[in-house]
Amino acid sequence: MSQQIADTVEGDESLPRRLSATAYRHPRWRLTGLLSAPLFWLGVLYLGSLLVMLISSLWSTDDFTGAIIRKTSFANYHTLFTQPIYRTVAVRTLLIAVGVTVVDALLALPLAFFIAKVVRTRRMKYILVIAVTMPLWTSYLVKGYAWQVMLDRNGAVDWALKPLGLHGPGLGLPATICALAYVWLPYMVLPVYAGFERLPGSLLEASADLGAAAGRTFRSIVVPMIIPALVAGSIFTFSLTLGDYIMVKIVGGSNQMFANIVYDNIGIAGNLPFAAAAAMFPIVVVILYLAAVRRTGALENL
Amino acid sequence: MTSALATELAGSGVAGVPAVRLRALRKEFGDVVAVADIDLDIFDGEFLTLLGPSGSGKTTVLRMIAGFELPTSGRIELAGADVSQRPPFQRDVNTVFQDYALFPHFDVRTNVEYGLRVKKVAKSERKERTDAALASVRLEEYGGRRPSQLSGGQRQRVALARALVNRPRVLLLDEPLGALDLKLREQMQVELKAIQRDVGITFVFVTHDQDEALTMSDRIAVFNNGRIEQIGSPADVYERPATEFVAGFVGTSNLLRGESAQSIIGRPGVFSIRPEKIRLVAESDGIDADEHSAVGVVREVVYVGDATRFVVGLDAGAELVALRQNLETSSMQVNEYRDRRIKLVWRREHEFQIG
Repeated sequence: MSQQIADTVEGDESLPRRLSATAYRHPRWRLTGLLSAPLFWLGVLYLGSLLVMLISSLWSTDDFTGAIIRKTSFANYHTLFTQPIYRTVAVRTLLIAVGVTVVDALLALPLAFFIAKVVRTRRMKYILVIAVTMPLWTSYLVKGYAWQVMLDRNGAVDWALKPLGLHGPGLGLPATICALAYVWLPYMVLPVYAGFERLPGSLLEASADLGAAAGRTFRSIVVPMIIPALVAGSIFTFSLTLGDYIMVKIVGGSNQMFANIVYDNIGIAGNLPFAAAAAMFPIVVVILYLAAVRRTGALENL
Repeated sequence: MTSALATELAGSGVAGVPAVRLRALRKEFGDVVAVADIDLDIFDGEFLTLLGPSGSGKTTVLRMIAGFELPTSGRIELAGADVSQRPPFQRDVNTVFQDYALFPHFDVRTNVEYGLRVKKVAKSERKERTDAALASVRLEEYGGRRPSQLSGGQRQRVALARALVNRPRVLLLDEPLGALDLKLREQMQVELKAIQRDVGITFVFVTHDQDEALTMSDRIAVFNNGRIEQIGSPADVYERPATEFVAGFVGTSNLLRGESAQSIIGRPGVFSIRPEKIRLVAESDGIDADEHSAVGVVREVVYVGDATRFVVGLDAGAELVALRQNLETSSMQVNEYRDRRIKLVWRREHEFQIG
């Protein structure tokens, strides 16, 4: 009798439903269907091209003709490590990335706290979260040039500070940090906001109830519980800044960041192998950073 | 409450000054009046329960005493001092939260110690008091565990120890047993009451569970629509409900009103009779002079193990529930009562006019 029921059900089924039923009986097929596209993307296009880059960073170019010489040598890395200019730019880039991350963290903490814990209605929360992501709807270049106009000599910032007898930082590294912190801020606010949403309000009440004023509650309860979210956000702001070369061209005056070395070697110098070697720098730094934060358990919050 | 009794209950505190005094306390959230001008004195060392359905304002009152909400108007005094506008960290009260609110990144001992650390209590005293607090809730062995490694009942006890270790003047408990299963809840009720008796601290306990309130409290304040409907001992509230709401919320609503009240009791009004005060007898049986009776048909028989509830539709129009212990009857026998005509009898002193 049960056989009969099974037959009728199966016989009446449409093709998609029968396919679905077959996949249900074969977990491996399901997995293949689910993962083949992303695995192809990650494995071949992404990791594959990284590998090609790694290999080509060991090649070199003919000084005279500019043709690529496919012979393995560490000459590019030797140049990167021994010429002081590259070290200077590397340190400068790291400091800018740290600066951007710190500025974003300081802005995101109170903002995310406000949205998650002070705002009471769901509707208002959604509006504010959308407002935070809204700058992402505009072109990066528009935002960059807007900052240039504002920070340039006699721009809006200078004008606003004039009555106080001050003038703005002008174009340069502080302007670069400022503009990059602005464009990457949503990437910090969103994970920190999610972190505060997961932090039960009763914990803050319990801390106050046990005698802790705001500062103590912030240090002992909020910070330890929000650190994973901060680290998650910092991975975005830090690595996005490390790889950036456009903002410094727009608002950085004559300064360079490390990615400019890559850009210039592709475009002007036409030295692709050296560009590949230089491109390894942010990758190595981010891998080291991820290894360090893995110990904090922050990656579980990504 | 008379002032003589107030003084007596004040115990170790300043004579006559209640541990908590609420005067015309009011809280509005937008257009909603959560607490409507409440007056309440809570005496030193008593176990007071705020009982009511959700939305009745009991939790808001508790949160205002703790300082998590500031009153719209009115006064809150702790041991005579006005604390109405003080933040939680400047009030000598501690709270046991409904979700326990244990700090997940601290182990049990650090959780319990937190209040003492914040108040910069010396290390040796801190250790001593933390040990004592953990021992009082039988968790000496669990100091090194994280809250996530504990059961619900254990977390509950950590939350209790974390609050009690500060020796507050008043301990506020916000439905602390709500998340536990029935057996554990009954066990914790007894335990909580014993701890309260030991430490002698004033407990203000919020619950919507009438059994819990009746089991544990010295006094019960029954809340409805942001007001206190009645305040009194468990026996007062249960046996002499002041309003129809109290009669219905605490125990089974068993009311006679209108014409049925007129014909059975002999005067108009609303009367409450508790189900266990009603006897079932044969229709032809006589009654004593100090008793009232009503005849009707058994509509429903609900066997609840130790007792049976009989829902009886009276000829006079109302419906009454009678509860009978299953002394000699079994479930088979009680079911035979269904649809039978029967007489309900109760003593006049057990009927209370509430309207």
